[in-house]
Amino acid sequence: MTQSPTLSRRASSSAPKPQRTPRQLKSKRSGADARAGYTFLLPWLLGFIALTVGPMISSLYLSFTNYNLFEPPKWIGLDNYATLFQDERFLQSVGVTLSYVVFGTPLKLAAALAVAMLLNSKRKGQGFYRSAFYAPSLIGASVSIAIVWKAMFGDSGPVDQGLSFFGINLGGWVGNPSMTMPMMILLTVWQFGAPMVIFLAGLKQIPADLYEAASMDGAGPVRKFINITWPMLSPVIFFNLLMETIHAFQIFASAYIISNGEGGPAGSTLFYTLYLYLRGFSDFRMGYASAMAWLLVIVVGIITLIFFKTSKSWVHYSGDSK
Amino acid sequence: MTIMATPKQSAPMLQAQDYNPKSESVVAKRVKSLIFHLVALGLTAVVLYPALWMVASAFKPNAEIGGANTSLWSNNFSLDNFVTAMDGIGGVSTLQFFTNSLVLAIGAVVGTILSASVSAYAFARIKFPGRSVLFGMMIATLLLPFHVVIIPQYIVFQQLGLVDTYVPLLIGKFLAADAFFVFLLVQFMRNLPAELDEAARIDGAGHVRIFCSIMLPLMKPALISTSIFSFIWSWNDFLGPLLYLNTPEKYPLPLALRLFVDQTQSSDYGAMIAMSVLALLPVLVFFLVFQRYIVEGVSTQGLKG
Repeated sequence: MTQSPTLSRRASSSAPKPQRTPRQLKSKRSGADARAGYTFLLPWLLGFIALTVGPMISSLYLSFTNYNLFEPPKWIGLDNYATLFQDERFLQSVGVTLSYVVFGTPLKLAAALAVAMLLNSKRKGQGFYRSAFYAPSLIGASVSIAIVWKAMFGDSGPVDQGLSFFGINLGGWVGNPSMTMPMMILLTVWQFGAPMVIFLAGLKQIPADLYEAASMDGAGPVRKFINITWPMLSPVIFFNLLMETIHAFQIFASAYIISNGEGGPAGSTLFYTLYLYLRGFSDFRMGYASAMAWLLVIVVGIITLIFFKTSKSWVHYSGDSK
Repeated sequence: MTIMATPKQSAPMLQAQDYNPKSESVVAKRVKSLIFHLVALGLTAVVLYPALWMVASAFKPNAEIGGANTSLWSNNFSLDNFVTAMDGIGGVSTLQFFTNSLVLAIGAVVGTILSASVSAYAFARIKFPGRSVLFGMMIATLLLPFHVVIIPQYIVFQQLGLVDTYVPLLIGKFLAADAFFVFLLVQFMRNLPAELDEAARIDGAGHVRIFCSIMLPLMKPALISTSIFSFIWSWNDFLGPLLYLNTPEKYPLPLALRLFVDQTQSSDYGAMIAMSVLALLPVLVFFLVFQRYIVEGVSTQGLKG
């Protein structure tokens, strides 16, 4: 389990065909294999059809209807989608989510990479530092931490107090619409440990002699980073960037808790999924919320596609074309 | 005793390296190492501050939590907040919420282990038509925002009369809906030597035998990290219970915590934070016990927090 966790290597290592068995036996076996295969796969297949494919189809259908859970769905065509783009709160939720993704994700990954490079040397205490930095990733999305964040960043809370020591007076974060986004971004950056550990595993894979050769040629740390670390690490950077971006679009629990489930103040924490939840499960506008869900799928799909398309120009897979 | 011996052995080797005329001087190395530890420790302090602040505040009287007090230390540490927090909310004791969380988390672990391991065996070790297409679809669900399925799922469970039961929260676990764990186990199994099951098949073993007596024991490390993460994710889950549960007696801790915040508001910060600590306790204990394992699991399998 030492290879880098890229998604694209999936098809590369299927089990080799048994060559020894006679052809007759083999065909008998492949029939039995097919049966066994589908039997073993049964739980996943059932779940995939009942909990993913089925719901996706019905949510696509619902997105073209008015449905409040109590009367039968009424077909309205593209009305939901058209209304969305005139809905100011929807547009605000798009803005909030995009600024969170655009600023939070790169910052988090930069922190993760910087700390991973700091820790990528043989020194005492590495295990301790890795664990300490990873801990927030396990608890960061919990309700408990959202409450702590709210208390720490509250008006004249410890963060404000700490900053005023340096002569910075921001006048609170939680109640200040222009400061809630930096606060949410700090919360995601704080959880840099998960991508950091993946970066560290990637850094360990880079052969040391590359750096030695570069040193002999007189390359400094910046040249080494640009010419060796970045290209050699690019598959891992790609993986982290893709996963963190998709992840960031789906933030919910902390936004819900910090804003008392309302997205305030002044809609500054009205994240996309929070607005979807409010529309669907508070107002029972299931069709409208379904349209929102499908837009999210489309946007995430397009972003994934763009990532994969552009990755060819900057992601390098060493050796064979995996 | 053998453990004690290792550092002693490595010390002379390090020194020998230090005296290598080509390498940097001993002083330069010491200074570098000192700077590294200063930076790393400083970062650790910043990163761990929120968690430490939470734990320290849980033991402090209300007056010392907010406001001008940024220090972690107090002269008035007491267990009062925990006593209030254990009383629970809305006539339900915190112990009840704990039990609910535990039932859900254990159910999630059992379901995930059972369903993900058999599904992964099919993907990794059996050749059957359509396998690679289905595998691709499984990978695609990893990238799919799950919000697209929650509305129809809710409607179906509502029509089946299963809202306010644990069924909607657990059924997905028994049907390997967390594609991540299937993917993780597939990757792990593909790295086990193919000769193992080939030999067993020549000896006449079927897939059930191979799965139970060869694969399962070898998969232990991957199954342990699956269990840990499935437990912690279920323990921290908020959206699922928020959608499906509406009787406080059935609430797991995160939902109870929200109820607690709603009703207490800012009047009793101490109890709120004490309850937050209680809600995170199993995760923190898990982390302290298995930290090596968890961190290693992430780096090799690309798990998320």
